[in-house]
Amino acid sequence: MSAEQSYYVPEQSKWPIIATVGMGVMMYGLASVMVTNTQEGQAGFGDWLVFLVGVALTIYMLFGWFGSVVRESRSGLYDAQMDRTFRMGMGWFIFSEVMFFAAFFGALFYARVFIVPWLGGEGDKGSSAMLWDGFEATWPLLQNPDPEAYPGPKEVIGPWGLPLLNTILLVTSSVTITVAHHALKAGNRAKLKIWMAATIVLALVFLIFQAEEYAHAYGDLGLTLSSGIYGSTFFMLTGFHGAHVILGTIILTVMLIRILKGHFEPEKHFGFEAASWYWHFVDVVWLGLFVFVYII
Amino acid sequence: MSAVIDTHDHSHDEHHGPAKGFTRWLLTTNHKDIGSMYLIFSFAMFLLGGSMAMVIRAELFQPGLQIVEPAFFNQMTTMHGLIMVFGAVMPAFVGLANWMIPMMVGAPDMALPRMNNWSFWLLPAAFLILVSTLFMEGGGPNFGWTFYAPLSTTYGPPSTTFFIFAIHIMGISSIMGAINVIATIMNLRAPGMTLMKMPLFVWTWLITAFLLIAVMPVLAGVVTMMLMDINFGTSFFDAAGGGDPVLFQHVFWFFGHPEVYIMILPAFGAVSEIIPAFSRKPLFGYASMVYAVAAIALLSFVVWAHHMFTVGLPIAGQLFFMYCTMLIAVPTGVKVFNWVATMFRGALSFEAPMLFAVAFIILFTIGGFSGLMLAIAPADFQYHDTYFVVAHFHYVLVPGAIFGIFASAYFWLPKWTGTMYDETLAKTHFWMSFIGMNLAFFPMHFLGLAGMPRRIPDYALQFADFNMISSVGAFMFGATQLLFLYIVVKCIRGGGEKAPAKPWDGAEGLEWTLPSPAPYHTFATPPEVK
Repeated sequence: MSAEQSYYVPEQSKWPIIATVGMGVMMYGLASVMVTNTQEGQAGFGDWLVFLVGVALTIYMLFGWFGSVVRESRSGLYDAQMDRTFRMGMGWFIFSEVMFFAAFFGALFYARVFIVPWLGGEGDKGSSAMLWDGFEATWPLLQNPDPEAYPGPKEVIGPWGLPLLNTILLVTSSVTITVAHHALKAGNRAKLKIWMAATIVLALVFLIFQAEEYAHAYGDLGLTLSSGIYGSTFFMLTGFHGAHVILGTIILTVMLIRILKGHFEPEKHFGFEAASWYWHFVDVVWLGLFVFVYII
Repeated sequence: MSAVIDTHDHSHDEHHGPAKGFTRWLLTTNHKDIGSMYLIFSFAMFLLGGSMAMVIRAELFQPGLQIVEPAFFNQMTTMHGLIMVFGAVMPAFVGLANWMIPMMVGAPDMALPRMNNWSFWLLPAAFLILVSTLFMEGGGPNFGWTFYAPLSTTYGPPSTTFFIFAIHIMGISSIMGAINVIATIMNLRAPGMTLMKMPLFVWTWLITAFLLIAVMPVLAGVVTMMLMDINFGTSFFDAAGGGDPVLFQHVFWFFGHPEVYIMILPAFGAVSEIIPAFSRKPLFGYASMVYAVAAIALLSFVVWAHHMFTVGLPIAGQLFFMYCTMLIAVPTGVKVFNWVATMFRGALSFEAPMLFAVAFIILFTIGGFSGLMLAIAPADFQYHDTYFVVAHFHYVLVPGAIFGIFASAYFWLPKWTGTMYDETLAKTHFWMSFIGMNLAFFPMHFLGLAGMPRRIPDYALQFADFNMISSVGAFMFGATQLLFLYIVVKCIRGGGEKAPAKPWDGAEGLEWTLPSPAPYHTFATPPEVK
């Protein structure tokens, strides 16, 4: 069991404590911004400053911490066992992300299957219809129970325009990153670079389309975060997905830079694989969104 | 603790010993240092949350408003719950996991030592934010530890947003800690240590870690929905926009029910180590213990709505959740049976860890039975939101989780410090805790059945006697914990007999093959397990 005997236990590190301070300051600042916005209408410079200091610290930490992990990996400190640890870490992290999305999908299903029909007077629990006389249960919910508090959207985004295009883009990007991975394993660096770059371009186009869709929803359709439960679930699900696409794109870009610098070997490239797992996960979440948010 | 490890370690591991000064604690990647920090942090939070309980019991000593304003009383009940759940019990078990899992599976450290450090230090950051809300305009969280919408959204204080971010940080800490535990157990076991040879404490933690990764993100999801409802106009929990406050409860309890097993499964594991050690017999039914824990964990995902019988669930839902909840009694019964069977015809001795463990079995079973009563949907309509519920969950948490932690602490203190704790004082600690805890919580059953609602600062006169008894018991239990602090400090400072490598003659496991105190680095080369 020679693999176990060389298990790498890092020495003391300053990064975790910097990460803690960064995250604490960032979260505190963000909460201050939100509280002042909600209570007084406009967050001051001070609140934003605290938040930005936290962000800066976090970015500094990310460069430093990942930087030292990359250096350790490239200097051969990690053996096969360490590699398994990283794989488990990434796998379970993605599982935790799946559960995060599950909470929002659960809210969507509950709203559609139970809340809205009950509010409309259906079944055993239909007595809640008495709260808002004349409310009709429909989905997408264009007319909210109390339209004064929550003015409903005029229309919602149909699935067969931009969303279909976005589906094609993301599925294609999952294919291109797999092609890149095969190129990496075959030692074909030129092909690897091209297909990685293609993946990133597809991701960016997705993001641009998504931004356009949001602008259309807010500007033309009156579909907003505050247009009732449809807008709430729509924007939280697609918004968190979009945030993950942005993060995924950043990760892919870092991977491309590392590829250009000559990192990764055909048989040892966990960083790349982790990025590709993450990308597939983002893709699968989108398929769920496309079916349950846009189509059905 | 530093003194002990310093003196014993420098001789044989010069340049890998602990660093000097406070940077040792700030920058450490050592699982033992991190474990100690978790345990110390947890005890500090235990005292803080406990002092809030003392405020609550002082107010309830007599009927009428005596000491604090009702608004502050609400903050005390809320913060007491949040601090005890997220600050005291969970970190204590993570601390035990950090100390013991690598030594139990023969690993050099946790799988991801730097992330381990981060997981710990996020907790003080989160609790700094959480406790600071008490001093903000409008006060801290006052909606109960379950923070039901719309109490926490429409009617919550402005500081609720800070509370939400504090929860986020705790969640991130827990998820990373759990990933670390899983990676350590799955990947760093010594050669020959198959899954079914692992100590039960390791098994229970493996399953707990799975639960943590599965449900902490759901908690993050529900507080994010709150955040959006409060600050960005969404209507998840507002029926006027097509949402539903009951949706909050569904999502919260989907997290919340596995969470209660997160707080008890590691205690099951620890007790399953301790009972055999002091019975001088191997654990009865090892495999069935493993399967029982797995069954409890899986069932915990399909019982959440038993917390919500009175919100107006459809009948089919009530029946489903009622029967699923009762099913949990089966694997739990298996565990209790196995512990008792382990003791049966054993050569028993009753040192402090064993006393706590035996009390754990008896009192946790009482808490389990009141849980079965609450599981009966029609009966729950009567008990819901009364002191009967308070009695029930304090019986599973105090003599369950907390006694499990005390038992573990006494069991492994000799290994951690190299010194035996003071047995007489420890037994005093046990008996005072045992009597105080039962005095505090047993009368709450009667109060609840008689109809006293929970979370109120004042009550009707007929509840006066039991409340006074309960308060006396609570003060007794609270004060006794200072004795525990004294015992542990004395032990850390070396005030007692030197501990041998294996101070308990019935104990089994790799951790007892190491010297006491355990050297700063252990199992740099993995041991062979037969």
